[in-house]
Amino acid sequence: MSFALSSEQEEFRDTLRRFFAESSPSTEVRRLMDTDRGFDDGVWKQMAEEIGLQGVVIPEASGGQGLSFAELALALGEMGRVLHPSPFLGSVVLAGRAVAHAASEAERSELLPAIAAGELATLAIAEPDVGRWDARGISLEATPAGDGVRLSGSKSFVLDGHTAARLLVVARTPGSRGEEGIGLYLVEGNATGLSRSRLDTLDATRRLARVELDAVEARPLGDPGNAWPALEHALCEASVALCAEMLGGMEHVLETSVEYARTRHQFGRAIGSFQAVKHMCADLLIGLEGARAAVDVAVDAVVENDPELPLLASIARAHCNEAYYRAARDNIQIHGGLGATYEFDAHLYLRRAKSSQQILGDTSFHRELIATELDRATA
Amino acid sequence: MKRKDTPEEAAFRSEARSWLDANAELRRGEGDWSNGPRVHTHEAEAEYFDRCRTWQRTKFDGGWACIAWPRKYGGRGGSAAQEIIYAQEEAAFDVTSGFLPASISLMGPALMRHGNEAQRERFLTPLQRGDEVWCQLFSEPEAGSDLAALRTRAELVDGEFIVNGQKLWTTSAQFADYGFLLARSNPDVPKHAGISFLLVDMSDPGVDVRPLPTCKGDRHFNEVFFTDVRIPVSNVVGEIDGGWAVAKTTLANESMAIGSGRRGRDTTAALVRFARDRGRWSDPLTRQRVATAYTQERVLGFLQDKLQQALLDGRSPDVDGSVMKVLWSETRSLKAEIGLDIQGAEGLLFGGDAFDRGFWQELVLDRPMGSIGGGTHEVHRNGIGERALGLPREPRVDREVAFRDLKTSMDGGTSK
Ligand SMILES: Cc1cc2nc3c(=O)[nH]c(=O)nc-3n(C[C@H](O)[C@H](O)[C@H](O)COP(=O)(O)OP(=O)(O)OC[C@H]3O[C@@H](n4cnc5c(N)ncnc54)[C@H](O)[C@@H]3O)c2cc1C
Repeated sequence: MSFALSSEQEEFRDTLRRFFAESSPSTEVRRLMDTDRGFDDGVWKQMAEEIGLQGVVIPEASGGQGLSFAELALALGEMGRVLHPSPFLGSVVLAGRAVAHAASEAERSELLPAIAAGELATLAIAEPDVGRWDARGISLEATPAGDGVRLSGSKSFVLDGHTAARLLVVARTPGSRGEEGIGLYLVEGNATGLSRSRLDTLDATRRLARVELDAVEARPLGDPGNAWPALEHALCEASVALCAEMLGGMEHVLETSVEYARTRHQFGRAIGSFQAVKHMCADLLIGLEGARAAVDVAVDAVVENDPELPLLASIARAHCNEAYYRAARDNIQIHGGLGATYEFDAHLYLRRAKSSQQILGDTSFHRELIATELDRATA
Repeated sequence: MKRKDTPEEAAFRSEARSWLDANAELRRGEGDWSNGPRVHTHEAEAEYFDRCRTWQRTKFDGGWACIAWPRKYGGRGGSAAQEIIYAQEEAAFDVTSGFLPASISLMGPALMRHGNEAQRERFLTPLQRGDEVWCQLFSEPEAGSDLAALRTRAELVDGEFIVNGQKLWTTSAQFADYGFLLARSNPDVPKHAGISFLLVDMSDPGVDVRPLPTCKGDRHFNEVFFTDVRIPVSNVVGEIDGGWAVAKTTLANESMAIGSGRRGRDTTAALVRFARDRGRWSDPLTRQRVATAYTQERVLGFLQDKLQQALLDGRSPDVDGSVMKVLWSETRSLKAEIGLDIQGAEGLLFGGDAFDRGFWQELVLDRPMGSIGGGTHEVHRNGIGERALGLPREPRVDREVAFRDLKTSMDGGTSK
């Protein structure tokens, strides 16, 4: 991407902007917030069949479009802008990238076409109470049984875990610790012993579920026991993707704030002429410009397979987490009482921004990763 | 960003590199002279300045100063991209021209754009070579953020301006041979319309430079007094009373130059090592704060890369200069605060009694350099809101009124 879009990328983005403006107006987003599945099957199908979005980074041989991560990032930005509710982050990004990095070639060509076609998959990694997206947070064990394994335990904060047709469950070999013994296991949504329940979420445009596994039969993927580096890579990519989504939200929020500051009048003048309001907007732009650059750099790192990716992904997360939340919060402030109503969309962005801070590792988690990286660099 | 050089750029880069290899030493780290004077005595600062000037001369004579300026004005006739490539290469060497490039980039465009042929002929080459050093005589006791409120008088008498008044906060006036001065040539029109841009010889007997120590104790800036200083009309840049347009040209370059300037010493690495030495690096709070500062520093670096990229690609810069300036200065002071906090009680000490000779203490005291110098944060945030986001200005009371009828702080007391 290198800080500037090619004309094809611009065209791609414009197409998506029109598509999501039409398919996910605020009224639709609000309607879907009250449904159990949380998304519109028709739109999801259109995304897969007409635009091929679910397969955007999946190779052509596996039924995808074979485009780069930069296009995936653009797509997420457009979804983030309108708070498009769908299982995209869980299925395409988390499950898709986990399979891409941790599964064998044969498994990839079996599983990726399904994801590209819009079949729902998800990645179950974090566990109840602990809620960590790293190896340390995984205690669910995979006990050998015949050709496969059996999984017993719980997972939580699983994106669209209650609707996914397939779950990719991260578990460890019995007795293993840390990054050792971690594996990726495939569980069919209708497996015996699997029960899942939808959780109430702060951000009602995102579905999370808790998953209980009671001796559930599962199929090991890739190199079970040695999957952590591949999964870590997938999680870094997911963090970058999440930042791209946040960036879209941030852009929308700042545009809304500035528009209101220009048009709302009090004391005989536009409120944007008051410095308290003007300076809030200025700070939001400073945050947004930084986020744009950080996302560009991190996306490039994914595309170029840069060994600095983990650091760059955490830098992008640490920055975007703060910048988006602040933008969403100040957007409400700038809108006054209107911003405090349920009917006005500002709180939906606040909910999204706050939730985005907590998922896939929160801000202090990413800062600690950065500090660890600094340890290494200055040792 | 891994952008590949075009063949021409690669050739230019290697030409620059070989010239640098032949004329400079590679950076080694903490002890490099280009990090600035280690103590704030007049001698140390003068010696540092001499080295800066010598390097600027070497560069000019080698054809590497002002790469993007036209040949007819003494430049290399190159591109903005070449200027960046050269700077990227130069960054590896223990050299600096100190504040000279800043005054060159303020003064050069103003002269090239608004000056006449005789002025360009006379001043541009010695400016670039550092043979004549310039200072910016803009701010006054009553005119800082509101620069156009300046009161220094320039009265036209028999083809000469007679200048009386006072300037304040003038960086490096003690080293300057010339100054570019904004003075009020007509008080009977609204304030922006009665200002002239004058070139003044600092050795003129009516010019009195008095050092004004900064809060951190160095001799960064000065007060400059003018008593019946005579400036020939030929030293007016642009039109008489039309100096505001010239001033705007200089100010437009200033914030971008500050925010996108070369990265100095790697303070985050220094911060981590320092925290480790002080036994604080295992403290989660310190780790979190250092990571926060590092995040900000890297993000600023990404933005600088992005601006360079735009120039290299021949696009116009797509990040506002005030965004860069505010972010740069906030990052700098955040690191300073952490560096001091890490010291606990030792942070009470200063200078020779303090760790690292009080480097972090000084950096804390140096915050105004970024948050006030070159325009305050508040004024830049106004600029971001108005210029970059299109928000309406505040209503103003000073646009239509003749300068002499305006209310000032000196009219006494509180406003009604
Ligand atoms: C290290 C340093 C180097 C400098 N070098 C030079 C130099 O070489 N040449 C030169 O000419 N000047 C120089 N300056 C001066 C500098 O440009 C001024 O200090 C600056 O523009 C602020 O003006 P002031 O000090 O009069 O403060 P004021 O303008 O009086 O500001 C006081 C406070 O009021 C706020 N304020 C003022 N107007 C507004 C507004 N419209 N909206 C919101 N808040 C406002 C300011 O932000 C500030 O907080 C230097 C200053 C420093 C600190």
